[in-house]
Amino acid sequence: MNARTHTPPLIRLDAQGLYCTAGDFWIDPWRPVPRAVVTHAHADHLRQGHGQYTVARPGLGLARARLPDDASVTGLDYGEALQINGVRVSLHPAGHVLGSAQVRVEHRGEVWVVSGDYKLAADATCAPFEPLRCHTFISECTFGLPVYRWPEPSVIGARINTLWREAAAEGVPLLVGAYALGKAQRILSLIDPTIGPIGLHGAVDALTTVYRESGVTLPATLPVAGQARGHDWAGALIIAPPSALNGTWARRFGAAPRVVASGWMTVRGARRRRGVDAGVVLSDHADWDGLLTAIDATGAQQVLLTHGHTAPLVRVLQQRGIDAGTLRTEFAGEDGSDAEAEADASP
Amino acid sequence: MKRFAALYLALDASNRSSRKLAALADYFADAEPADAAWALWLLCGERLRHPVPTRVLKLAAMRVSGIDEVLFADCYEAVGDLAETIALLLPDGGADDGLSLAAWIEQRIQALRGLDPDAQVQALAALWRCVDRGDAFVLNKLLTGGLRVGVSRGLALRGLAQATGLAAEVLAARLAGGWRPGVEAWQTLVSPAPSRPTGAQPYPFRLAHPLEQPPEALGAAGDWLLDWKWDGIRGQLLRRESAHLWSRGDESLDAGFPDLIDAALALPPGTVLDGEVLVADGDGVAPFSALQRRLGRKTPGKALLASHPAIFLAFDLLEHGGDDWRERPLWQRREALEALLAAPDGGLARIRPTPTVSAADWDAAVDQRQAARQLRAEGLMLKRRESVYGSGRPRGDWWKWKLDPYTVDAVLVYAQAGHGRRAGLFSDYTFAVWHDGQLLPFAKAYSGLTDAEMREVDRFVRRNTLETFGPVRSVRPELVFEVGFEGIVESNRHKAGLAVRFPRMLRWRQDKSAADADTLDALRCLLG
Repeated sequence: MNARTHTPPLIRLDAQGLYCTAGDFWIDPWRPVPRAVVTHAHADHLRQGHGQYTVARPGLGLARARLPDDASVTGLDYGEALQINGVRVSLHPAGHVLGSAQVRVEHRGEVWVVSGDYKLAADATCAPFEPLRCHTFISECTFGLPVYRWPEPSVIGARINTLWREAAAEGVPLLVGAYALGKAQRILSLIDPTIGPIGLHGAVDALTTVYRESGVTLPATLPVAGQARGHDWAGALIIAPPSALNGTWARRFGAAPRVVASGWMTVRGARRRRGVDAGVVLSDHADWDGLLTAIDATGAQQVLLTHGHTAPLVRVLQQRGIDAGTLRTEFAGEDGSDAEAEADASP
Repeated sequence: MKRFAALYLALDASNRSSRKLAALADYFADAEPADAAWALWLLCGERLRHPVPTRVLKLAAMRVSGIDEVLFADCYEAVGDLAETIALLLPDGGADDGLSLAAWIEQRIQALRGLDPDAQVQALAALWRCVDRGDAFVLNKLLTGGLRVGVSRGLALRGLAQATGLAAEVLAARLAGGWRPGVEAWQTLVSPAPSRPTGAQPYPFRLAHPLEQPPEALGAAGDWLLDWKWDGIRGQLLRRESAHLWSRGDESLDAGFPDLIDAALALPPGTVLDGEVLVADGDGVAPFSALQRRLGRKTPGKALLASHPAIFLAFDLLEHGGDDWRERPLWQRREALEALLAAPDGGLARIRPTPTVSAADWDAAVDQRQAARQLRAEGLMLKRRESVYGSGRPRGDWWKWKLDPYTVDAVLVYAQAGHGRRAGLFSDYTFAVWHDGQLLPFAKAYSGLTDAEMREVDRFVRRNTLETFGPVRSVRPELVFEVGFEGIVESNRHKAGLAVRFPRMLRWRQDKSAADADTLDALRCLLG
């Protein structure tokens, strides 16, 4: 691997976001810039007001749905290379949500990868995470503590099915609070649709439609808003953003059990604070083992961690001889323990 | 163990009483007596006495999970519960080996106590291999002490009542007085044959509720008996074959209050009194802090017994001449109580009837209540003269009518993450008042805010941290809260040289800035 000590870093943090000096473009910038490469369509990564957007082609529909009609958005196939001012840029699956990408940036033999958000676990609604070799890896670190370890997705699916059947046996619906973009569709892909009808909150419904239009096969669903006021939801699975579970919108479901699907639900305190009946440990981020595996696979000598509780992982990486540090980005989640950040950041 | 762990997790998973009740009833309906006895004892809030020191438990967890102390501390801070932190860090692959709860406790957990630390670490590693991760959490709860599963003793008893067909009040009475789990004890507990408290067993305490309306709503003042509401601890003093003192929390106070036990032996056998344990100050009562010195000692020395003599101010007579008097009207019980304690052969200076408060009408009662603080009382108790003591939890005839708390506007200066439901949320606060241009801490409080307010303060703390001292953060002194408390004494616990009793947040004064907060001098004025 090349020594890079005398050149300025290929990617650095400036007031707008992660900036590639040689290529004069930004990755997931939070203030308006002329040219943005965007890892995925979550609101803290995809913001309005940039001159030109580049996203992975499978995420084009989601990006367009979340940006004004006149935004200039270009899709790039996974693995396809783009030259920006002499810098080679390519996008590779991150396994986070539909169209999520890692950004690989290569300049004069030096390779940096910006992970965006990612997970290693299987997800039928998006392409699997692709390990990339690089010199420097800028990684997310949302769940950067060893207490966060995810169960197998099949176990989670079975757990939701069990809760759903129990609710159905009591003649009530089951309300599941999940991120409207990504997590909700992943749940749709994990559950057994023969148990009963599935109703979607408006925010979830709109994005699920985009998923279908983008070619993802999902079970049949009903928009809750499209049904008559007195519609009988007994035995149904209702998916809504977590913030809707305890609001006026959810009142129509009466005392139906409410569960939240989130990685934070690992910890009882977070679950009890939410005041829900059960927590389902389901995250679209890497768990502790996933972070270590992914970082290890890059072979990177320098690892910069962004959002999350970064200090413990920085320490562990340094103990392994990796030059690790923290980049203070404005991506969601002020702190690893801020349960509400993940649950509510999505509209 | 598996069944008990499943019960625990079911109780923990639901925030609905009806589901918890059903889970409890299911469990008790067919659990083995030895297991059921331990389960009930644990659910009632009892704990195994430190089978292993916390230090050893942490060490074993770090070894097994292969992480160092710093990372372990980071995890603990995020999770906020030691038992849970360890369970989350254990390697996968543990599997249940089918041993019953009673066998787990009696053969495995209690056996840890005698081992040296190295052997304890080894033994713990072996125990963790015998449970899966969810059950490991329950095991760790047993190892660290309390279960705190959000089941009240009352709910546990209702579950048992549903499973056995016995009234919850009957079960409560049979459990009172240091019940210990065991097969025989279980069979006596759930026996359909009627019984009443004997030996060292107290009666279930009757509780009073806060008066939330003007006293005029209670009808004629003459129908009510007024007592001082003392700031001590509620106790039941028994004189049967021997003498016993129980707190309302069903804790034995025998060892801590030998002076009261001795005095009770002078009472006629077959006597049970309800009253307040206090420390005497001449003819009056000492502040609660004096009683705390007595409560702080398992067995008080001679000097402390002499400098802080305990008294028992009796306000009710539950058993008299060996008969149960609880269904008699209050006025009758009080007459008999006063006669009993006035009897010349009694001479019981330590056990006294609480002084009567006379008020011809509610206006006079209001004046009396205002006088409470001079006597170091917290207000008045209002009890209907005709009321029975009863055996359940009747509501309506006994009210506590406390004085409004002291209040002060104070600035939030330190915050610490909470535990349990508040794990990872900055919910424990230290408050300060002004003195010579500096903010001096005087109280810690963690109750009184709504969940939404707490989340907002949590966000403030995260964004306005000045310094971090382990789990404690100093924050920009900007937020002002109205802090309420019940009493105030000189103390060196806080920099302000004062300590307050029962501090809690009454209101978030978003209308005030730090400069508007109160001063130490204002606080000292309340010392009286």
